[in-house]
Amino acid sequence: MAECTIPNMTTADVVESKSVLPAGFKADMANLKGLDLTTPVLELIRRTSTRMPQDIIDALVKGRDAEEEGSRAFNTLNDMVKNILLADGHVTPLCQDTGTVLFWVRHPYGVSQKAVKAQVREAVKEATKKVWLRPNCVESLSGKNSGNNMDPFHEGHPILHFEEWDKPEIEISLMLKGGGCENVGAQYRLPDVTIGAGRDIKGVRKAIIDAVVKAQGQGCSPGILGVAIGGDRVSGYEHSKEQILRKLGVPNPDPKMDAFEKEIVADLNTLGIGPMGYGGNTTVLGVHMEEMYRHPASFYVSISYMCWSSRRRTMTISSMGEVSFD
Amino acid sequence: MIRLTTPITEAQARQLKVGDEVLLNGKVVLSRDMGHKYMKEHKPEWLKPILEGIVIYHCGPVVKKNEDGTWSFVAAGPTTSIREEPYQADVIDTYQVRGVIGKGGMGKKTSEGLVKTGAVYLHATGGAGSLLAAQVKRVVDVHMLEEFGSPEAFWVIEVEDFPVVVTMDSHGGSLHEAVLATAQERAKALMEK
Ligand code: SF4
Repeated sequence: MAECTIPNMTTADVVESKSVLPAGFKADMANLKGLDLTTPVLELIRRTSTRMPQDIIDALVKGRDAEEEGSRAFNTLNDMVKNILLADGHVTPLCQDTGTVLFWVRHPYGVSQKAVKAQVREAVKEATKKVWLRPNCVESLSGKNSGNNMDPFHEGHPILHFEEWDKPEIEISLMLKGGGCENVGAQYRLPDVTIGAGRDIKGVRKAIIDAVVKAQGQGCSPGILGVAIGGDRVSGYEHSKEQILRKLGVPNPDPKMDAFEKEIVADLNTLGIGPMGYGGNTTVLGVHMEEMYRHPASFYVSISYMCWSSRRRTMTISSMGEVSFD
Repeated sequence: MIRLTTPITEAQARQLKVGDEVLLNGKVVLSRDMGHKYMKEHKPEWLKPILEGIVIYHCGPVVKKNEDGTWSFVAAGPTTSIREEPYQADVIDTYQVRGVIGKGGMGKKTSEGLVKTGAVYLHATGGAGSLLAAQVKRVVDVHMLEEFGSPEAFWVIEVEDFPVVVTMDSHGGSLHEAVLATAQERAKALMEK
């Protein structure tokens, strides 16, 4: 059974040909008030749900090739690569859990957040109809599914973060974060006597190791960890999730954190949990850290666990209205 | 590699051991949180002929209704099984289910249930939604679609060479426990570093 799938993804022109954006589409950036981003956001969802980012593919292949050929870990990573190719070729969701739908919108002065929110909601509804998203929004107590990914109170789902910035372009990042991996995320309040973690970098390290051991394969390992040190309970988790948007292999701008990240990845990969928790050397693909400020009395370590199916993409709309995806 | 076709007998289920790779064929019934709660609390009789000797799959699929009214599975990987821990052993026993497919493994109560009834826990690769949907040959039927919504409904499907690994068997064995014990041991050493 030792076959090795080579990750040949469809080429850029094939992806373009399947786009829901008309050829040569340009957003009307001269008229920010009348701007309609519904179709570009729909295309962003399509690409995020069905096409794995290249850095993740490279990391999975690297992990596979470092496992013993024919081992359970090797075969499992190979199946993951096969799955990526199938989803890409058929334009179908990479995973049936298309997750919580999270957007980060950065925009210049003059863009109406209210209008963008309405357009994003329209696009999410449409993507659900097209089966690029599964209806994943249920009433908490009854479990009743709204059927179209819409939370009628406009609060829970989809989730939008807005930020006004000084640049002329609009940037929208999308993350589809599965429920299985969200459930193994954890927040530690240091000091934590149960794991012997104090308020220092060693304590942070212990919290991360503990979280990964507890997660086992349940977040669909190999995972990508976003970690925020500090903040309050809410901002800590928020920032930890944002860390997952960073591409694998892009160094942390903080050299101290960058060195720590590299070291902890190597350590975690000696835990033997492996892909899906079947055992093996590929337990995490990356750990991305951020040090925040905090209240003197609180010291939180917030850990968001992203599964191997790390679906994220960023769309940029230039000041000229050209739409690009990365 | 072992090829198995549902319905599975108790003897067949008891032959399986942790680590066995299985290609599953025949009928499989999807059920997750709402279905398990419903089965444990109401023990509906009508499900008995549907589930006996069959394998339950913890999966909330992405489905598509075709123009002729039939359904297709677009993405159908496993969901986390541990959420069904309070219900699973009872469900297996009530309905004489011979296997449960999911991910992440299950706890002690389920393990005891597998030993008692003669069933196995089968692990599928999480996130491999497209790959596993390709092994679904036909959607035979669906129950409680209106009440539960599509991710939670009882979908009855027919699979062909659906790849799974036995990670918990009817002899009390568990790959998950073994991996956890190794990881905890190693973590201790790492934390002291
Ligand atoms: S955790 Fe697993 S099942 Fe859930 S979205 Fe990620 S890959 Fe899919």
